[in-house]
Amino acid sequence: MTRELFRFKGGVHPPDHKAESNGRPIHPAPIPRQLVIPLRQHIGNPAKPVVKVGETVRTGQLIAAADGTISAAVHASSSGTVVAIEPRTLPHASGLPDLCIVIDTDGRDEWGERTPLDYRAMPAADLRMKLRDMGLAGLGGAVFPSAVKLDAGPAQVCPTLILNGGECEPWITCDDVLMRHHADDILHGVAIMRHLLGSTLVLVGIEDNKPEALAAMREAVARQDFAVEVVAVPSLYPGGGAKQMIETLTGKQVPSGKLSTDIGIQVFNVGTAHALARAVHHGEPMIERLVTVTGHVLRPQNFRVRIGTPMQALIDLAGDREGATGVLMGGPMMGIPMPGTQVPVIKATNCLLVQSRALFPAPPAALPCIRCTRCADACPAELQPQELFRFAKAGDFGRAQEYHLFDCIECGCCTYVCPSHIPLVEYYRYGKSEIWAREREKRAADLARERHEFRQFRLEREKVEKAEKLAAKAAASRALAAQDPAKRAEQAADVPAATQPAAPAADTGEVDAKKAIIAAALARSQAKKAEAAPKNTEQLSPEQQQAIDEIEARRAKIRELARKPLESETE
Amino acid sequence: MLTAIGVMVLLAVVIGVALGWSAIRLKVEGNPLAEKIDAILPQTQCGQCGFPGCKPYAEAIAKGEADINQCPPGGEEGVKQLAELLGVEPKPLDGEHGTPKPKSVALIDEQTCIGCTLCIQACPVDAIVGAAKQMHTIIADECTGCELCLPPCPVDCIAMVEIHEDLPHWKWRYPLVPLKHVA
Repeated sequence: MTRELFRFKGGVHPPDHKAESNGRPIHPAPIPRQLVIPLRQHIGNPAKPVVKVGETVRTGQLIAAADGTISAAVHASSSGTVVAIEPRTLPHASGLPDLCIVIDTDGRDEWGERTPLDYRAMPAADLRMKLRDMGLAGLGGAVFPSAVKLDAGPAQVCPTLILNGGECEPWITCDDVLMRHHADDILHGVAIMRHLLGSTLVLVGIEDNKPEALAAMREAVARQDFAVEVVAVPSLYPGGGAKQMIETLTGKQVPSGKLSTDIGIQVFNVGTAHALARAVHHGEPMIERLVTVTGHVLRPQNFRVRIGTPMQALIDLAGDREGATGVLMGGPMMGIPMPGTQVPVIKATNCLLVQSRALFPAPPAALPCIRCTRCADACPAELQPQELFRFAKAGDFGRAQEYHLFDCIECGCCTYVCPSHIPLVEYYRYGKSEIWAREREKRAADLARERHEFRQFRLEREKVEKAEKLAAKAAASRALAAQDPAKRAEQAADVPAATQPAAPAADTGEVDAKKAIIAAALARSQAKKAEAAPKNTEQLSPEQQQAIDEIEARRAKIRELARKPLESETE
Repeated sequence: MLTAIGVMVLLAVVIGVALGWSAIRLKVEGNPLAEKIDAILPQTQCGQCGFPGCKPYAEAIAKGEADINQCPPGGEEGVKQLAELLGVEPKPLDGEHGTPKPKSVALIDEQTCIGCTLCIQACPVDAIVGAAKQMHTIIADECTGCELCLPPCPVDCIAMVEIHEDLPHWKWRYPLVPLKHVA
């Protein structure tokens, strides 16, 4: 049975360098003495630690729980003791530290409880929550939490499921060897995906430069009880990109700003399917993955690595060589330079590409863009890279967005073909993060404006409320005074004082009522003053009397001064 | 002759009425230019420009009563944007109104705070939580870093902490092309 294939626009044919590492069997990497497990390994919210420093953990034990829907849990990759929960340098282009859980392993690798799930008997939502708590995330590179992708949405069904075994990026072979050696597990994972998404058509796309993987998958499919079509797709970078794989297999394009599920297609990496099968059938959370170590090493090969293993350990296993100039996480087209070799392997680490001057000579200095539009011919996202470059360089981010900067998949084809050796993708990454930062700033400014305006409104409201309250009080006292002015006057008369005013006549109006209140207050203050008369003033010695007189004189002088206007005021 | 004058007068009356009616019915509320300026201002509400908040400053710029270079938190970038909007030449920031500082948030030393509520009254965006004789604290996400809470504090327990770059806020740098030295 042959399927009609479609060709996406653009793409390049870089030398594939697969043979270096795909011949050797998968080698389990030894468990290191110390594991550094980052909490931010996936897209979405970082996981929240649920263990304390000093706690003993077992292999596969939950050490950080998923926080929110778009998140994935993190597990102890081996048994040992938690020695620190602190920021450590991450395998990220920034080289910035972020929260990690550090475990000193005990070497026993004792598993905690592993309970296989009966996925057919479970409600889909529960199963998805379970997978989120198992730390399932896409192993293709984007590390999107798989539980979210396994939700078909309101449609409840996603007719087409594509398994991506393209692995188009040069040097990387971890998916290739996984398919060669674990084809059955991958298909078990596919069965679970099919169950959750309700897919009727299952396609496995594998580039034709992997004949062994194609054969192994076809053999395994023959053993399954559901229909899976294994399709050999032509090798063309970036044919393993999700959108490109969809177009090659179905001829459909995912519209800009939409998800593939909007056109009824979901794509998973073969590694994700394998991890899903391990999680459901064996109860193993995502604590290990396959990593290709290749490039400038003695024995390029694939390792089964526990998450959190330092990269240097793998490079040593593959045979460290003199003259290494750096390490890329990923391949030569999309790989990210690592801030050092001590950073840990994370869920996104598909390949460690050790660079050397001979294998990866430094690119020549960039020359001005000559607008040859070779980049536009190579762009698989059908963008205008030369225009995007111009806008990003000039800081004209609005125009860059109009030219669909965010549809760029950063595949690096444009940089690869550029005769001026301009690092185009770097400009797009710069432009994208600049736009995100501006949007964040704008949101913060809007929040501040809103809060400031509400504060102004609140202050105004409080003022009005206070005035109303005072007015009400005054009205009440006026009413009281008008009702019974004589009584008020009586009250005032009760106070024994010399300045007792004459009781107001009964027929006086509002003014008199006010006067009575003032008089009463005056009388009260006078009475208080009288009470506070100096005590113990009898039988004073002449010295004491003199001191008192001096103090009184000073007081009088100060009072006099206080009554005078200030010099500055008189001028 | 008379007909011509009559026609002109009639026309004038009709147009006058239409204009008068539209002036009342289609009146634009607020000052659209001030709003556009306000959208550019950083909304720090710090008052360094000499106006009580960003909106009054925006209105003053719109009326031509204030210059565009009085907002240090907006920086040179802000001045440039304002100049572009208003069609004038950008100018350097006026040093009289302060200099741009790295973005920071206020932090209350909760051991020293005596709970006087003075900072709460000073905060232009209500980003301080607390009550009389209760410890106060700052909602860091809502703090604009305006520093208006610093002067009223009687025990000097508020410090400005610079925001350091962390992973979610990290930005790709502008690609620098290494220059080759030519003799």
